[in-house]
Amino acid sequence: MARLRLLSALGLVAFFGVWTLVALSGLVQPQFLPTPLAVAREAWRLVHTPFAGYTLQDHLLSSLGRFAMGFALAAAIGVPLGLAMGWFRALDAIVSPLFDALRFVAPIAWVPFAALWFGTGIGGPVLIIFSGAFPPCVINAYRGAKFVEPRFIEAARTLGAGPFRIILEILLPASVPSIVAGLRISAGLGWQSLIGAELIVASSGIGYLMVKGQSNISTDIVMSGMIAIGIVGVAIDVLLRALQARVERHRPA
Amino acid sequence: MLAAWWLLSTYQIISPARFPAPREVWEALGQIAVGGYADARLHAHILHSCKLVLMGFAVAVATGVPLGLAMGWSRRVEAFANPAFLLVRPIPPLAWIPLAIVWLGLGDAAKVLVIWFAAFVPSVINSYAGVRSIEPHMLEAARMLGIPRWMFVREVLVPGAAPLIFTGLRLSLQACWTTLVAGELIGAAAGLGHVLQQSALDIFPAMILVGMAGVALAGGVMTWALGRVERRAIAWRG
Repeated sequence: MARLRLLSALGLVAFFGVWTLVALSGLVQPQFLPTPLAVAREAWRLVHTPFAGYTLQDHLLSSLGRFAMGFALAAAIGVPLGLAMGWFRALDAIVSPLFDALRFVAPIAWVPFAALWFGTGIGGPVLIIFSGAFPPCVINAYRGAKFVEPRFIEAARTLGAGPFRIILEILLPASVPSIVAGLRISAGLGWQSLIGAELIVASSGIGYLMVKGQSNISTDIVMSGMIAIGIVGVAIDVLLRALQARVERHRPA
Repeated sequence: MLAAWWLLSTYQIISPARFPAPREVWEALGQIAVGGYADARLHAHILHSCKLVLMGFAVAVATGVPLGLAMGWSRRVEAFANPAFLLVRPIPPLAWIPLAIVWLGLGDAAKVLVIWFAAFVPSVINSYAGVRSIEPHMLEAARMLGIPRWMFVREVLVPGAAPLIFTGLRLSLQACWTTLVAGELIGAAAGLGHVLQQSALDIFPAMILVGMAGVALAGGVMTWALGRVERRAIAWRG
């Protein structure tokens, strides 16, 4: 065990060591490959001094705001749609073919329409996040609703419950684990799509910061942005994983 | 759906400047297929995009699958490679685009680098999980029989991990397409993303739709082809 830990440490040392060595060797100009330390210093500087209009955390906040809007919209529309598709056969038959066709379009391919319809401020990026986060919400809610024990539904029906009560009181609670799993996937995809959207259409946000760094050929700024994106992405996933663990624990046997 | 589209656009309920009518899309398709748009004809754009995706995808599979297999097989390789891999993994592929552009410019090399990265992570993770999913007594039996190492890899490791490897490849391929389109939207001289970018600049909604359909079609065909390969590979395994 101790030897494996040592190897892990060695792996990290090798990773940063090779990076630092290549950066210091002069083979690559420091402008293109700064040392890890230089990147850390630059990231710290970006926290204090605004770049491309805002400081690093303000860029992150504006990204997170867009993300929250797109994600909330996707969940608010996608989960009910998925549940309804799982219940009403006719709706399933109408929506499914269209949905399957649209799913093959990469979220990022919506960028031109997003810019055309909603501009580059908030609406455009939100549409792209939405298109990334929407499919997993629908699919998982749909699956959750499809795999509910038929006995429960029959029992409810015998007791005289209407379709909306069945959806609200049986399908929804029974598919919560599946829905939460879907939310986790859709948050990951939404966050990725956000970065793509901001690289192309946005005037603030972490992706915009990176584009500005790129056009200045400031590799350290670009790398700071990548690190920030990675950290926030992990944080979002950890939060949703905690939610998932909680839901699983309360799952009725 | 198609009827609704036709009705809405014919009676101008949706403004044609926002969403094109079916006829306009048909005309745009004709224009790009015959005369060319954004410097090339449609098939050239599609081929260019497919070529880049296949190159990046092939390199990613060639590097990612062996690394994943090695990490799944040997605890020492896992201990050595995993921490660095975990550090890099949360960075979404699209976030590598600016870095690739700084390093390699707007040409094809930058796109292949980003596509490689997009496909690399799922390849590694699923190959790793694939090895871990092999029944332990299969591994033990192979060890007890004392078969040579290359045979172990060929007869036990790869076939055992194959189902999950293919899951990884499917995810990789999807990631490749997303990344390629993003890369081409940001800057390119050809390809489907370039068509999208050009039509967005020209405010040409019909052509945007043609470009999106092209992306969906090319991605769909490639996924389908991979599915065929998978069925053959797994069938051979029995």
